[in-house]
Amino acid sequence: MIKNRDTRLTVWLLLPVALVLVAYVLYPSLRTFIESLQKDGMISLGNYQDFFVQESKTNLEALWNSVYISLLSVLVSALIGIPLAFIFNRYDFPGRSFFSSAAILPIVLPSLVGVMAFMFLYGESGLVPNAIKDLFGLDKVPFKIGGVSGILIVHAYTMYVYFYMTVSAAINKIDPSLEEAAYNLGANKFKVFWKVTFPLLTPAIVAASLLVFMISMASFSAPFFLAGGYRVLSLQIYFSKINGDMEIAATQSVILSIVSISFLLFMRWYQNRKDYRMASKGIGAHRSEVKNPFMKWVMVVTGIIGVIILLLPHFTILLLSLVPDGTWTFQTYPTVFNVENYRLLFEDPNIFKPLRNSLLMAVIATLANLVFGVIASYVLVKRKFVGKSLVDILVMIPWALPATVIGMNLIFAFNEPSVFSFGQILVGTFWILPLAYFIRHIPLVVRSTNAVLEQLDDSIEEAARNLGAKWFYTFRRVIFPIIMPGVLSGTLLAFIESVGNSRPRSCCTRFQTGPYPLKS
Amino acid sequence: MASIKMENVQKAFGKTIAVDQLNLEIKEGEFFTFLGPSGCGKTTTLRMIAGFYYPTKGVVRFGDKDMTRVPPEKRNTGMVFQNYALFPHMTVFENVAFGLRVRKVSPADLKRRVLDALQKVRLESYSDRQVSQLSGGQQQRVALARALVIEPEILLLDEPLSNLDAKLRDEMRVEILRLQRDYKITTIYVTHDQAEALSMSDRIAVFNYGVCHQVGTPTEIYNRPANDFVASFIGEINLLTVQVEKVQQDNIEVALKGSEQPIKLNVENQAREGISILQTDVDLAVSIRPEAIRILDVTEEGMNIFKGKINSVQFFGSVVNVMVDVQDVSLRVDVFNTHDFGYFYQGKEVYVQLPEKQLRLIPVISGDAP
Repeated sequence: MIKNRDTRLTVWLLLPVALVLVAYVLYPSLRTFIESLQKDGMISLGNYQDFFVQESKTNLEALWNSVYISLLSVLVSALIGIPLAFIFNRYDFPGRSFFSSAAILPIVLPSLVGVMAFMFLYGESGLVPNAIKDLFGLDKVPFKIGGVSGILIVHAYTMYVYFYMTVSAAINKIDPSLEEAAYNLGANKFKVFWKVTFPLLTPAIVAASLLVFMISMASFSAPFFLAGGYRVLSLQIYFSKINGDMEIAATQSVILSIVSISFLLFMRWYQNRKDYRMASKGIGAHRSEVKNPFMKWVMVVTGIIGVIILLLPHFTILLLSLVPDGTWTFQTYPTVFNVENYRLLFEDPNIFKPLRNSLLMAVIATLANLVFGVIASYVLVKRKFVGKSLVDILVMIPWALPATVIGMNLIFAFNEPSVFSFGQILVGTFWILPLAYFIRHIPLVVRSTNAVLEQLDDSIEEAARNLGAKWFYTFRRVIFPIIMPGVLSGTLLAFIESVGNSRPRSCCTRFQTGPYPLKS
Repeated sequence: MASIKMENVQKAFGKTIAVDQLNLEIKEGEFFTFLGPSGCGKTTTLRMIAGFYYPTKGVVRFGDKDMTRVPPEKRNTGMVFQNYALFPHMTVFENVAFGLRVRKVSPADLKRRVLDALQKVRLESYSDRQVSQLSGGQQQRVALARALVIEPEILLLDEPLSNLDAKLRDEMRVEILRLQRDYKITTIYVTHDQAEALSMSDRIAVFNYGVCHQVGTPTEIYNRPANDFVASFIGEINLLTVQVEKVQQDNIEVALKGSEQPIKLNVENQAREGISILQTDVDLAVSIRPEAIRILDVTEEGMNIFKGKINSVQFFGSVVNVMVDVQDVSLRVDVFNTHDFGYFYQGKEVYVQLPEKQLRLIPVISGDAP
């Protein structure tokens, strides 16, 4: 009977987790799929036929554009992020720790804000091209960014950080004795890198590639604003929705999901071909100091230039925030600076309200993520039950779905009353956005919590039980405080993304009432 | 303090049976050791006593109370884990205080008892440290204090010394014994180290493949092993496969395969089950400890004297280990270093005597791994 007590606890913890996953992950996806099968009130594959054989080929073109832009974004981000991770973690030179912290700064810039900053900086009437034009007395601007290359530059700027962060963490975990063993066996530096170091980074590179691919697939603001509505699938979904072609939008969403999930499965397969776990524990990385004074200063100067380029968008946003509305129209450079905008922000309810809403929604979603993430992760890591891999897959699905698709799924699921929305229509209300953020960030919080829980030895929990503590007391006083740092890092990231994210938002609400991170 | 009784206990994980048909009685205040190689079921048994596993079959009692399915937090046992399982986010003081806080001990009482426990393990000046700032031996003592401060009925130690280096291990061995005597607490100690088991325990249970092979005092286990597994797991032993020739009133005659000279055994040294196995058809072996064999330069009158040739000589400091080939078997003989063992050299012909009182006939079961 008491044996059932532990089983009962597992069931009590598992039930809400499973319910949430079914209601807000599985059900919305199924709704979208069902919607895509409906054509003229009948069930058919007609929408898919239209997608692929449509005369204008717009959809196919958009699909192709999405895929190749995403793949190129992965490649470019990797080419920037991985070498940076190596330079900062393997070499020591003056200012290293400052530069390595500065390198993660693009991540705090929400994608829409980043796009805005790039337009003001490097666009047709951007500050940098015009400054160069005036400085050298040129007839026209020497360069401007836009089109596909513009999208790629913005993507690379905002997404190389994912490669930089995951690969850095992996490099620091590599046991130095593995490389030493390879040298000892006679391999040269080049061989050691390609045969030992680089393969060990596979899991990190796979994870980062997936993340970048997914974000690029869902990228909305860059193609919309920077490339003048360049045809990609996420934009097509948005336009179909605006035009009221909900069945087409559903079909496009399903196809976007299939591409994303295929990429996820491919990467998983690639990673699972070999075992990359290291038998020994990491002893901590060692950095070799750059001795050559010339190289040393080259690195420092490059670092400083890099930091300036990295921070320019942030400064631009700060600068823009100081330019009052309507004072910078035809002039090349802004002329008036004051804190008028900040005063308006707090005094004008029309501006203040969206900001407050943004924060409030992010707080609600993040709190829900925290509670759900910790329970789900505890059940997944520390408890045994039948169907664990199914729950695991459901948790990961929101990660494989581009944000646009999550938005569409929610629209199809909750534009009519359902059990899961307590008989309410959620679309168009306040609650749809926190829900979207919540779903979007389930994998993020669960993953980061899993990582710390897996590190936590079972004997810690057993020791507390042995000393007489009941399960809940043990959880509250022992387990939670220990895993807290890991949980917080995941939740903080979820919060930042929720505050800055405009993607699910643009699909779920009307533009005029939408709380934007920046009103310009 | 409590006695522990395990009756017909079995623990299965799926199809694997980790512990089978276990009957044990551990007395109040006893220092009892579970000894065996890894995977033998000793930790599983300990965890059934702690309540982390519930037996598939059988009953576990503390005193007269049936504890079989009582959850771990209601057993009032104090456990020291192999990796200590100290709470990394708490100070030394808070770690030790944890069990008392759960028991809602008043603050003044709590402080007194924690400091008292820390003093007993000689860590009173470390109470404000983070556990990560302590050495392995100190962490070990915090774990001990944490388990003892709640005044448990039973102290459970799961290979507590295996993560320490040799010198610290000796120190902690003494320390654990001292604390056990101080608190007069029923203690179960799990180890795979025979030296720890022999030197610390009141009684030992020897496990292999989920079966308890023998329970007894250290001298019983060492001098009168129940079978070839117990004999060879603890200490060094010479095992000679034999066949029984003659059973007489006060001695038994056995024969080595291919040898004409019989070996005579004294009946008194044989276990009762040793005699009873004569009637069954199990394989039998004669066992003798290396230190019990005498090496003779020249033959003399006496029983069980065999001619042999020295195969190798190894010097271990206090003991010299001489391998002597006698017919087809190689005997290990340990001789004390008396500073003049120089007359042992490879190839020398010698005589060995197997004293009949030191010979023991035991069943061979090692082939029967399930």
